Amino acid sequence: MLQIQNLSVAYGHRPIIHGLSAGPLQPGRVVSLLGPNGSGKSTLLKALAGLLKVAHGQVLLDGQDLTQLSFERRAQRVVYLPQSLPAAVHLRVFESVMVAARASDLDPQAQVASPQRILDVLGRLGIEHLAMHYLDQLSGGQKQLVGLAQALIRTPRLLLLDEPLSALDLNYQCHVMDLLAQETREHGLTTLIVLHDLNIALQRSDEALLIRAGELVGHGRPDQVVTATSLADVYQVQARVETCSRGLSHVLIDGLCAPAS
Amino acid sequence: MNATLTTPAPILMDYRRMLRRRWLLVALLSLIILASILADFTLGPSGLGWADLSHALFHPDQADPTTRVIVWDIRLPYALMAVAVGLSLGLAGGEMQTILNNPLASPFTLGISSAAAFGASLAIVLGLTLPGVPQSWTIAANAFVFALVSALLLDAVARWGSMSTSGLVLFGIALVFSFNAAVSLVQFVASAEALQGLVFWTMGSLARSSWPKVGILLLVFAVLLPLSLRDTWKLTALRLGEDRAASFGIDVPRLRLTALVRISVLAALAVSFVGTIGFVGLIAPHIARRLFGEDHRFYLPGSALVGGTILSLASIASKNIVPGIIVPVGIVTSLVGVPFFLAVVLRRQMK
Repeated sequence: MLQIQNLSVAYGHRPIIHGLSAGPLQPGRVVSLLGPNGSGKSTLLKALAGLLKVAHGQVLLDGQDLTQLSFERRAQRVVYLPQSLPAAVHLRVFESVMVAARASDLDPQAQVASPQRILDVLGRLGIEHLAMHYLDQLSGGQKQLVGLAQALIRTPRLLLLDEPLSALDLNYQCHVMDLLAQETREHGLTTLIVLHDLNIALQRSDEALLIRAGELVGHGRPDQVVTATSLADVYQVQARVETCSRGLSHVLIDGLCAPAS
Repeated sequence: MNATLTTPAPILMDYRRMLRRRWLLVALLSLIILASILADFTLGPSGLGWADLSHALFHPDQADPTTRVIVWDIRLPYALMAVAVGLSLGLAGGEMQTILNNPLASPFTLGISSAAAFGASLAIVLGLTLPGVPQSWTIAANAFVFALVSALLLDAVARWGSMSTSGLVLFGIALVFSFNAAVSLVQFVASAEALQGLVFWTMGSLARSSWPKVGILLLVFAVLLPLSLRDTWKLTALRLGEDRAASFGIDVPRLRLTALVRISVLAALAVSFVGTIGFVGLIAPHIARRLFGEDHRFYLPGSALVGGTILSLASIASKNIVPGIIVPVGIVTSLVGVPFFLAVVLRRQMK
């Protein structure tokens, strides 16, 4: 269970997130993190992962304040997968996942990065056949999946993903979201995903957080958070949320809002 | 692990086969280095035959004084110094390209060697030395201090501006130009005698090899290599991206700083003993990457071994290009290195 309390993060003197509180987020649920560009989504994820210094506030994971943990201890429980994909690295997929499992000094004792476990994770993501390929020969989507494998091998309690679908085609997008939902449920993870595609957030996440300018403006079931009013308010677009013949919610964008008078 | 107990998993067999192949390559490179040392020891302008050489080598007390000096004070330290310097520069270059995330990084291209040459020039020409350093070590000590300071400066700049790696390389190139200009200035005011000593520096030559220098360099290498190897998983993870490595629990700034200290000690010592030998630290990591991939358990020792091989072969070449004359080995590595450097740059462009 994740609880964010009064969290503030700043780059130098420029505050990005002010006193944001959210939660509790229950384990086993996929939570999408929504908001326009520059609203602080990536900053929030990095702060939760400990990559940015928190000015004040608490991040409670299962009752324990993550901000009080050392870098290595925190990484045992939280994995953050940045948006950027690794550049030309002459490393085999299998090796890159093994590295993820053994990266920090605490890892070898805590986790056994057995080859079989690595193959299991790759198999779950459907990329076992790529195990002996070099990373620099993969497509963007395949690299994205390898990134997920690197995250999952660390068996985190809290999984933070920054736009994991950005490089993926439609088929992979659905595939990855299904896999994430499955992993999240089976292993009781708390999964927070930055998404740009509102339809995917509506249809495939259990909860949604909506932030604007570093403040939380909505939290709840996706269809309660993503509404015509909230989209007009946060994204300044005229939008409808309609139910299709199959019963799924869809966002339809009609255009920009008229400038406020 | 017993493969018959688990599922066949051909991928694991592939992986193990790959590891075996890498170990074989390590062994092969070590053999090449040994063969090269032998050749380096055997060939030289004095024209001594193998019988004389081996006699002086195994029975130094019975050999005639000239042969003994050639074998024990020239040939052997010379051949071993080539390998020791090559190992050090190869390891330093390999680590440097990883922590700066730049395929063009090396002690030579980022100004550490130039800084060392400037430090040496101050000692040779102006007699500016550190207090308390014995007379015979003043040049090396000066070179060492300047190399270390320039490496720390590189690190400070990288962290202070959280500078991109391309920005860092530009800063390194600025260092190269600045120190080269400073060396030229010192050369301009130098006496003819001091100038000759200084030229030795800018060319890079094994001619001043000695047993204590070989011993120190090999000892430092033997101490630092295990420290590098202790960080291999972290360094490999760093190749996946800085944020990703940090999220795996790696303190990236600390990793970078400790690696940079190792690099500057290795580069500074190597340069302070033999002068600026370019391109070994730049080329060796590229060859190692192709041979071993980027699992740093193999890539780092591989880069060191390739460096040792290159410089040992260059040393043989330096004695045999011009009959009867030993060309400074730095000239050989530059002659071979420049085309290679261009090939690396052009290959990248084509991708």
